[in-house]
Amino acid sequence: MTTALPNKRARSGPLVDQIFGWVAKACALLTLGLLIAILTSLTISAWPAIAKYGLSFMSSTVWDPVQEEFGGFVMIYGTLATSLIALLIAVPVSFGIALFLTELSPAWLKRPLGTAIELLAAVPSIVYGMWGLLVFGPVLAEYVQTPLQNAFSGVPYLGALVSGPPVGIGLLSAGIILAIMIIPFIAAVMRDVFEVTPPLLKESAYGLGATTWEVVSKVVLPYTKTGVIGGIMLGLGRAIGETMAVTFVIGNFNQLDSLSLFQAANSITSALANEFAEAGEGLHQAALMYLGLVLFFITFVILTLSKLLLTQLRKAEGAKT
Amino acid sequence: MMTEAQQLSRAAKFASRNRVNNLATLLALAAMAFGLVWLFWILIETVRLGIGGLSIATLTQMTPPPNEDGGLANAIYGSLLMVGLATLVGTPIGVMAGIYLAEFDKSGWLANLTRFVNDILLSAPSIVIGLFVYAIAVNPVKTFSGAAGVLALALIVIPVVIRTTENMLQLVPAGLREAAYALGAPKWKVIISITLKAARAGVITGVLLAVARIAGETAPLLFTALSNQFWTSSLGQPMASLPVTIFKFAMSPYENWQKLAWAGVFLITLAVLALNIAARLLARNKS
Repeated sequence: MTTALPNKRARSGPLVDQIFGWVAKACALLTLGLLIAILTSLTISAWPAIAKYGLSFMSSTVWDPVQEEFGGFVMIYGTLATSLIALLIAVPVSFGIALFLTELSPAWLKRPLGTAIELLAAVPSIVYGMWGLLVFGPVLAEYVQTPLQNAFSGVPYLGALVSGPPVGIGLLSAGIILAIMIIPFIAAVMRDVFEVTPPLLKESAYGLGATTWEVVSKVVLPYTKTGVIGGIMLGLGRAIGETMAVTFVIGNFNQLDSLSLFQAANSITSALANEFAEAGEGLHQAALMYLGLVLFFITFVILTLSKLLLTQLRKAEGAKT
Repeated sequence: MMTEAQQLSRAAKFASRNRVNNLATLLALAAMAFGLVWLFWILIETVRLGIGGLSIATLTQMTPPPNEDGGLANAIYGSLLMVGLATLVGTPIGVMAGIYLAEFDKSGWLANLTRFVNDILLSAPSIVIGLFVYAIAVNPVKTFSGAAGVLALALIVIPVVIRTTENMLQLVPAGLREAAYALGAPKWKVIISITLKAARAGVITGVLLAVARIAGETAPLLFTALSNQFWTSSLGQPMASLPVTIFKFAMSPYENWQKLAWAGVFLITLAVLALNIAARLLARNKS
């Protein structure tokens, strides 16, 4: 009994297979390594600042490259404040867009409108930034900030919130530009999770005589709430890490003089964009690296949460069908 | 039988439900309009001001000093070179890692961890990637370089390509693989010439989207490639790119710089939207 040996080409299989598998695995491991490498190298570069200031770095408001005295509170505040303004505007609008696209829009409009929103998400952030500085800023100053100031001057708290030069640069403009940027992201995720709702559930509700709004608020939203929150977190992650759209319009001002939303301020990303290339080696650079590390940490936590919530929705969906 | 009072209260309740519904519908319409207004406003301004700043010189001359004539030729060339090289470097790595996730290890802990980390990297702030590349590739040699810019952009390409490659490979029916295995083909051959080929359109879509994404990236280039006033093909020197040049010119008070910045923004928007639409058409033809 003889078995013909497989020809040479077929026998070359196992070895090539192994090499191919190793290469593929190496590429996957590279991704893991990348995350570790980013964390390690940022920590090492930031070490002089970490060693000197510790966690009090985050509560100190002094940022003085000349005296070599650094604290990140102003930038961290700017990042969080602009992102919060952005979310306040973007969440309701994105919800409305998703609602329109899934429940109200005629079928022939769904696709073009969905595409338009997705294209808005693809426009590079530098375009938003430049448009915000040169086109939107002046409009905001003339038609929103000045009237608001006139209306609220003298009113306690509200007056302070809108004080400052109405030049269309500052926390408010940065927040609005960020909102415009993240609306498409959040709207696209919300639309996708709304579509996860089983048609049977919705049709039953409609059959009982529920209005569109009742179906959305009492059936779709409860069913998809983890996914909706996940989508919002995804948008928040974008807003916090966004550089160019903010750098153009925030004003790059490293002091926190007032609570005013019109006041020029600074954010982590714009401080990095403006100062890093010129920063002298040593403490200044280390402090900026420290800011970068804080930024990475914040986005890491937010993205992890959003991912967990979105996975939970997918799991629940799998269990029910 | 209902009394008149009952009927009235029902009618009132129905009317109020309808009012709430109409209000919600109206607000949803308003939100949709709100979203589209920005898109059109931005596009119209970009086209209007961009075409105003565009001329033959924009494409043929170097970036000028303030208040002199010039163009964006070196920045456009730098962008094309860096984006092209970054795509060439990032795509194979992304595709191989995607193959690993879809074909070798579908649900092991390593694969799940990789997927998770990949999702984080996909949305990580791009300026942090810039800081990282500065720390490993610029600081040790003490010079900003085009090569560092290429590296930073490649690191952004990889997660995008991994994601789409994996998703597209998973859509390939298992029967196709099994048929190839039954014919005695080794695994690498099955992957290269059957599954990857079947998922080709999807993978190319992913690469196009990745190119569109890095074409407009500014933050990771600011302290890696920096910028350069002159024409250079050397990857060892600082290299101009369209986004960084736009950033510098738009923030300046000089009118000719701002004009060029608008022209640059117009070119970038045009390229990015064209890439996105191409990717979309490709994906639609396939499905």
